[in-house]
Amino acid sequence: MTIGLFVPCYIDQLYPRVARASWELLTGLGHTVESPEGQTCCGQPLANSGHAAQGEPCVTGFSQLFGQYDAVVGPSGSCVLHLKEHLEQRGDPLAHRIHELCEFLHDIARVERLEATFPHRVGLHQSCHGLRGLGLGRPSECQIPAFSKPARLLGMVGGLELVPLDRADECCGFGGTFSVQESDVSVAMGTDRLADHERHRAEFITSADMSCLMHLGGLASRAGSPVKVIHIAEILAGNAP
Amino acid sequence: MLPTTDSHPRAAHDFLQDPERSAWHDETLWMVRTKRDRMASRVPEWELLRETASQIKEHTLSQLSGYLEEFADRAEANGITVHWARDWEEHNRIVLGILQRHGAKRLVKSKSMLTEECHLNPCLAEHGIEVIDTDLGERIVQLEKGAPSHIVMPAIHLKRSEVGELFRRTMGTPEGLDDAQALTEAARQDLRKRYFAADAALTGINFAVAETGGFVVCTNEGNADMGAHLAPVHIACMGLEKIIPRQEHLGVFLRLLARSATGQPITSFSSHFLKPRPGQEMHVVIVDNGRSRQLARPDFRKSLACIRCAACFNTCPVYRRSGGFSYSYFIAGPIGSILAPNIDRKQHASLPFASTLCGSCSAVCPVKIDIHTQLLKWRQEIVAEGHTGWMKRLAMRAAAFVFRHPRVFRMAGWWARKFLPLANRIHLDPWTKTRDLPPPPNASFQEWYRRRGK
Ligand code: SF4
Repeated sequence: MTIGLFVPCYIDQLYPRVARASWELLTGLGHTVESPEGQTCCGQPLANSGHAAQGEPCVTGFSQLFGQYDAVVGPSGSCVLHLKEHLEQRGDPLAHRIHELCEFLHDIARVERLEATFPHRVGLHQSCHGLRGLGLGRPSECQIPAFSKPARLLGMVGGLELVPLDRADECCGFGGTFSVQESDVSVAMGTDRLADHERHRAEFITSADMSCLMHLGGLASRAGSPVKVIHIAEILAGNAP
Repeated sequence: MLPTTDSHPRAAHDFLQDPERSAWHDETLWMVRTKRDRMASRVPEWELLRETASQIKEHTLSQLSGYLEEFADRAEANGITVHWARDWEEHNRIVLGILQRHGAKRLVKSKSMLTEECHLNPCLAEHGIEVIDTDLGERIVQLEKGAPSHIVMPAIHLKRSEVGELFRRTMGTPEGLDDAQALTEAARQDLRKRYFAADAALTGINFAVAETGGFVVCTNEGNADMGAHLAPVHIACMGLEKIIPRQEHLGVFLRLLARSATGQPITSFSSHFLKPRPGQEMHVVIVDNGRSRQLARPDFRKSLACIRCAACFNTCPVYRRSGGFSYSYFIAGPIGSILAPNIDRKQHASLPFASTLCGSCSAVCPVKIDIHTQLLKWRQEIVAEGHTGWMKRLAMRAAAFVFRHPRVFRMAGWWARKFLPLANRIHLDPWTKTRDLPPPPNASFQEWYRRRGK
């Protein structure tokens, strides 16, 4: 199938290696992958700040750019959730063809084996929008059988040791504009999240959402913490630095 | 409390100035959340129970007036006097009227957030009526002349040693009392005399049953019973959303309430009141105070399904790290943040923004209120009504412009990457004040992608 690779704005500008890893993963599965020109932002920062109406053109633009693809895949749970919800509201069928990367690998491509190795202690940060919004795993509040699509994929990576955390899925405190508007609380949450990983001697924090990692990584780097952040696509693609 | 758009972040900033206390606050409430998880996991049909509760509430809200009338008719037939209050002032007038008719001077009151909402205590005090809060947490808050910071654990902002000091000051207990048992015993002995001296008792209502005209009050201390059984007059106050259609529905809600609230299988006392005992007078006051307005907003009506378990408080990573007093509304936490804008969007403009939209509140809520979705929807209304700062509005306009124009976006991105190392050094913006930005890559993905293979 022909896949449209959706590259969220901040990944395009700050973390191109995450998009590259996604591109390699998807082409590696034998799909034709294109990343159309003219992508900007999904509009989520606008909507979450109370300016949803101004974010609508972003969704329209997205639908025009990606409408032709059999599937659209993006390496960011949060942006994908936003687009999915807004496309659904408009009755745009693209809503059902857009997937977060792990979701695509797990549910559509049904990946069972990966070549990658990553011999490190890794903590999985379950980003909230992926977890509770897209259902990538069982949120700890819910009394249903436990599962986690990202964790299952990480289980296919050679040498990778997934470390348990005291709080399985506590929010990191990023929250888009929340991170600056409520920066005290945001930093307090992120610091606690980082400490949880440090306590369990994780070398890396990984996640399906780079924005959480930008926040956690920024805190770690400022604090001189030994913990590093890495997007799950980079681990799965086997091209972690 | 600060009626401005940044009132929550400012108060949260203050709360976080004492890291030890704020860490303790976070840990204590997280423990309650874990207890809730343990309890919920032992009920195999937990999710079904939540769904059932949610549907009962939705059904009830869709026919609220009918069920309220049914309840009132049955209650009257049972010998209860039913009063209707349009707003908080009318509520207070009604309660005051009943008390004055009986010449009551001393009122014992079990836990009721509604009377907090209506500012009943100060109103009665003005008329020379002494109110004694009998719920331990509320009693503590009353003695410190403060306000509840949590709807189930009103005094959670105080440590045990601080309660000991408060009791020493107000009740003359020995210095350095720091034992839960001893503190409770001291409060209990003090309260005991007051129960016997009370002229009237006021309780809240957790569930009013339309089918029977009876109501249920849940407490852990038996203080509602103690008050109501001794006093010649029992006044019970409820918001009009407290109604459930049938007696059998109690089985659903009572199983959910305490497990969600404190991680107990059930509250120690679930007291059913049906009619006054011989010689006693029983009144029920049904209060609207903005609720019917909220009922008329399709996006927000489900907020009226709340059974006030506070599970959303305990799970909320923001509440745990900002404390109850950082919220400008008397009900804090996520549910407070979706109820408050119904009352005053300008004053409470910061509350719907006091969330990362992590969704934990909606996932934990026993009646499945879509709390985080409502927070997001309130944000739109608050912005549309112009209650946010012009700086933010301008920034959002600019961002929207950039996002609409891919060429501008590419250029802005290029400049941002060039500027990034400097931002990381000077720490002027709220992000880099506390966090580093990543080292900028040489090229964006799109640049790499267009050049690849060339
Ligand atoms: S909104 Fe839900 S979780 Fe929060 S207090 Fe109400 S019933 Fe409990």
